[in-house]
Amino acid sequence: MAAPDLSAALEMAALTDPGRVRANNEDAVLANPRLGLAVLADGMGGYNAGEVASGMTTALLGSELEARFAERAPHLPGAGGRSWAQEALKSVIARANAEILAAASREARLSGMGTTVVAAQFFDDRLATAHVGDSRLYRWRGEALAQLTRDHSLLQEQIDSGMISVQEARYSQNRHIVTRALGVEPEVDIELSEFAVQPGDVYLLCSDGLTDMVEEADIALTLSALSANLPLAAAQLIDLANDNGGRDNVSVILVKVKAPFPARRATAGAWQRLKTMLRTLFAIRKGAQDG
Amino acid sequence: MAKLILSMDNLVLREIPLTKERTTIGRKPHNDIQIDNLAISGEHAVIVTILNDSFLEDLNSTNGTFVNGQQIKKHFLQNNDVIELGKYRLKYINDAPAQTSPADFEKTMVLRPDMMRKAAEPAAARPAAPAAPMMPPAGAPAAGTASAGGAAAPKVGAGGTAPVPPAAAATAAMPLAAIQVLNGSNAGKTLELVKSLTTLGKPGVQVAVIARRPHGYFLTHVEGAQHPTVNGQPIGTQAHELKDHDIIELAGVKMEFFLKA
Repeated sequence: MAAPDLSAALEMAALTDPGRVRANNEDAVLANPRLGLAVLADGMGGYNAGEVASGMTTALLGSELEARFAERAPHLPGAGGRSWAQEALKSVIARANAEILAAASREARLSGMGTTVVAAQFFDDRLATAHVGDSRLYRWRGEALAQLTRDHSLLQEQIDSGMISVQEARYSQNRHIVTRALGVEPEVDIELSEFAVQPGDVYLLCSDGLTDMVEEADIALTLSALSANLPLAAAQLIDLANDNGGRDNVSVILVKVKAPFPARRATAGAWQRLKTMLRTLFAIRKGAQDG
Repeated sequence: MAKLILSMDNLVLREIPLTKERTTIGRKPHNDIQIDNLAISGEHAVIVTILNDSFLEDLNSTNGTFVNGQQIKKHFLQNNDVIELGKYRLKYINDAPAQTSPADFEKTMVLRPDMMRKAAEPAAARPAAPAAPMMPPAGAPAAGTASAGGAAAPKVGAGGTAPVPPAAAATAAMPLAAIQVLNGSNAGKTLELVKSLTTLGKPGVQVAVIARRPHGYFLTHVEGAQHPTVNGQPIGTQAHELKDHDIIELAGVKMEFFLKA
């Protein structure tokens, strides 16, 4: 069985830029509308090690998830009570962590490399997300921008504990300190979530090079004005970051949901119709009781 | 590394580096900064330092703690803040993270989980007595965390010193501009281009945007089969820089772009 093809339902635009200050780009992006997968990684490590770690991560997720979803569809249940999409994301990211550590121990020049990762796997009108570090996922829906991931950073912990306000946080000298990353320890704590997806939604994956440089209001304005032209929206976000100083590599992936993409169930016929009928029946009865 | 300069009547008394996680200020001798003056409470205030950031908290002192003339309960210290306690002044100096090379500025570190717990605890939850230093000295997170655990690695090597709030002065360089509608029912109306993006046209039919950037205003086609024209010439898919008094035509509407003096 081949992995489902979502390219009719999803449009994606990915851009990465070294910024105005850095010579090299340690970010890596992968956008595969057919597979319904978007992955962004922000590498760290001297010389070129950072881009090795981020590049390994996006490449591994791209190839490995395709293979796993070909064996088992992402909407089917996984082992831990989650969807297979989430299970697969978790296990492939754990494997990327192990491979980064192994590569770093093999080659001295790669020692100490690491990376953040944020991954969005679309399937069955849903979105499974996984993230480690301070790369983010936002959702643009109904003219409102919502941050779906919470940074694994010292600053976020300080905000959560009430020690520092969101307003004060922008003046903090403790930005750029992440509390989780791939390539640090053999065990990595991967945060997983799942969301219902609606046609018209636009999702934004981005590195801190965007969010450090561009106000959320300007991100929202860009998505509001340019969601009809995704490549232009991506370019505008990069321009905004660079116009504001571009002090870091900046990467964005935009995903627009053009149509519903329910999973094709093997027993889609009678069983699905029965379920729909029962749901309708319950809804009518509930409506009658409430009324 | 951040430090305080203690002075009275513009006479510098001493410099105190903020190396400890908690630096206490008060009249009693057990304080890190003892100020033997009756206007100062026994335990007057505390400065909590976490890596490169320092927070000042008043410990319900009798005469209060002031920063730059304002009474505070808790305050996130910024470079050159002046703390006033009675006749004494403490100037907070934290001009840049004390890293060794320009390439080190702004790089991302990984903080190990065991360190994390300590850093994340709110200041209020800590015991009031001076505690043993638990955090690495302010300004040296790289060496402290990275080499000890092999856990940290630089992510960003940007130049620049103190962090700037995002989107600080991006559009400050350009003079304000506006467009005036020349025909149709809206003729005579002007629209100021104050935002980073201004949308023109009708969604689903023909849309273009004007992006306000530090080096100019740029018109870009967004959607629709027709592209807008500038001075009668259709623009392509690339951003087109607008000049003073350019005439834009889009979906039958003519507009003049002009810079405001």
